[in-house]
Amino acid sequence: MTAANGAAGGDVAIEVRGLRKSYGSLEAVRGIDLRVERGEIFAMLGPNGAGKTTTVEILEGYRSRSAGEVRVLGHDPARRERDLMSRMGIVLQQSGVQQYLTVREVVSMYAGYYPHPRDVDEVIALVGLADAADRRILQLSGGQHRRVDVALALAGDPELLFLDEPTTGFDPSARRQAWETVRSLAGLGKTVFLTTHFMDEAQTLANRVAIIARGQIVATGSPNTLGARGSQATIIRFSLPSGVVPPEALGIKPMQGGAWRVETEGPTRVLHELTGWAVAAGVELVGLEVSRPSLEDVYLALTSEEAEEGAA
Amino acid sequence: MSGIALALRQVRYENRAFWRNPIAAFFTFFFPLMFMIIFNVLFGGTSGLGGGLRVADFYTPGVIVLGVITATYTNIAMMVTAARDLGILKRMRGTPLPPWAFMAGRIVHAVLLSFLLVVIVAVFGSVFYSVRLPWDRLPALVLTLAIGAGSFCALGLAIAGLVPNADSAPAIVQFSVLPLNFISNVFVDMRDAPSWINTVSELFPIRHFADAMLGIWNPLPSGNGFAWADLGVMAAWGVAGVLVAVRYFTWEPRA
Repeated sequence: MTAANGAAGGDVAIEVRGLRKSYGSLEAVRGIDLRVERGEIFAMLGPNGAGKTTTVEILEGYRSRSAGEVRVLGHDPARRERDLMSRMGIVLQQSGVQQYLTVREVVSMYAGYYPHPRDVDEVIALVGLADAADRRILQLSGGQHRRVDVALALAGDPELLFLDEPTTGFDPSARRQAWETVRSLAGLGKTVFLTTHFMDEAQTLANRVAIIARGQIVATGSPNTLGARGSQATIIRFSLPSGVVPPEALGIKPMQGGAWRVETEGPTRVLHELTGWAVAAGVELVGLEVSRPSLEDVYLALTSEEAEEGAA
Repeated sequence: MSGIALALRQVRYENRAFWRNPIAAFFTFFFPLMFMIIFNVLFGGTSGLGGGLRVADFYTPGVIVLGVITATYTNIAMMVTAARDLGILKRMRGTPLPPWAFMAGRIVHAVLLSFLLVVIVAVFGSVFYSVRLPWDRLPALVLTLAIGAGSFCALGLAIAGLVPNADSAPAIVQFSVLPLNFISNVFVDMRDAPSWINTVSELFPIRHFADAMLGIWNPLPSGNGFAWADLGVMAAWGVAGVLVAVRYFTWEPRA
């Protein structure tokens, strides 16, 4: 957008410090810090109930916060100032549209709420609804509805776009198309903040990912460096017959079903000692596997540790 | 765009959506005319009701009240609860459109529908039952209609704030209107009814709307048709409606 708009919030689109939100005795968000730069695609990844929607709805101005500092494009979203509302686009997890209007009518209705809207037909084409532009909302399929959601969020040509679980319920090809749309938005210089519980979605789309579990951010980084993935950590996995335990000094932990697993930055030494022990003890390391952790491993490890901690 | 321009623009979209919704258009316009025909056929449109009032002279304002309440109170309560359940209101709240402009659009549209309804019922009554059109009381008619429609819009928003969801809206809305229609000079002439039931009906706004309208359409008494006491009670209900709506209205679906 213009230099004037850019100056209002500097290079930071979203800044959050110590964000907390309680509903009665339930603490849904327990102290979150975030920083989203302008022009990046930022994904908040986490299981259902982790606090994603609560967080994003505080950033969107729908919810008040119990504690913490929040700045969105230089504004406090809780005040819902018109200038801020004019500069962001919101795709909610679930929201309806006036059913008896056509796609073109609703897009132009929403475009009219904003000071500098995008061209209506351009928006409709961008989300791939050009062929359905004159159809009433009532007559659209589920996937087309979701595209209308995106179109309405884009109608005002926002600098910042919030997408709350944008592809939940999509078939694989619809997801790919949605991803293309999100990427093209980033290409236009928009900042995108998305929540998702799909790891592949975060991995393919985002420049940076924050993993949230039980109301806290447990890891932040690029999809390639997140958690231990950027360091030399390697995972070694194998199974042993019950009752057989590997040397304690190696720090190998038992998993379910006789499986053992260790994450190490010195795999050569660990493997050497492990295999040496196995040969000497005459046991077979069944299904021995040496691998770099996938984002999925990181995610599962972070969110399940967190779950255990929370339950304890 | 200014808030007022946005509200007026909203009226256009409300109007387009309204006429494409067959149920709303049917109940708002066809229903009152159907009642008008039924009552006039049953009771003989041109026969006397006593006191020099003919059946058609009584049911023309009655049907107007019925239609205006549907166009304002009923439609707003139903459409707003449905829009809330569907997340339409929540989405609106995520745009720079001022919330009052959205509501104003809906209210102005309902008031415009009310005026259109009066014109249709008046023409119908005049053509088929030679009902006398109250040209001499036009200022009173416009003011009564504006206060009545406005107050019932406010009450519609108030009840939308109290109704838990769109599924329960029709029952609650009908329960709050239908019994009162029978005791408020809308469906039945209350002159011979027991005084206690007249007292009950006079607590509620429908009776005062109907009486004010009846005074305007009744050809016999002279006067300018301004029923200030009735208008005052309606306005008080309208203000109460605004207060309840402000207190209880929410933009998000209720779990």
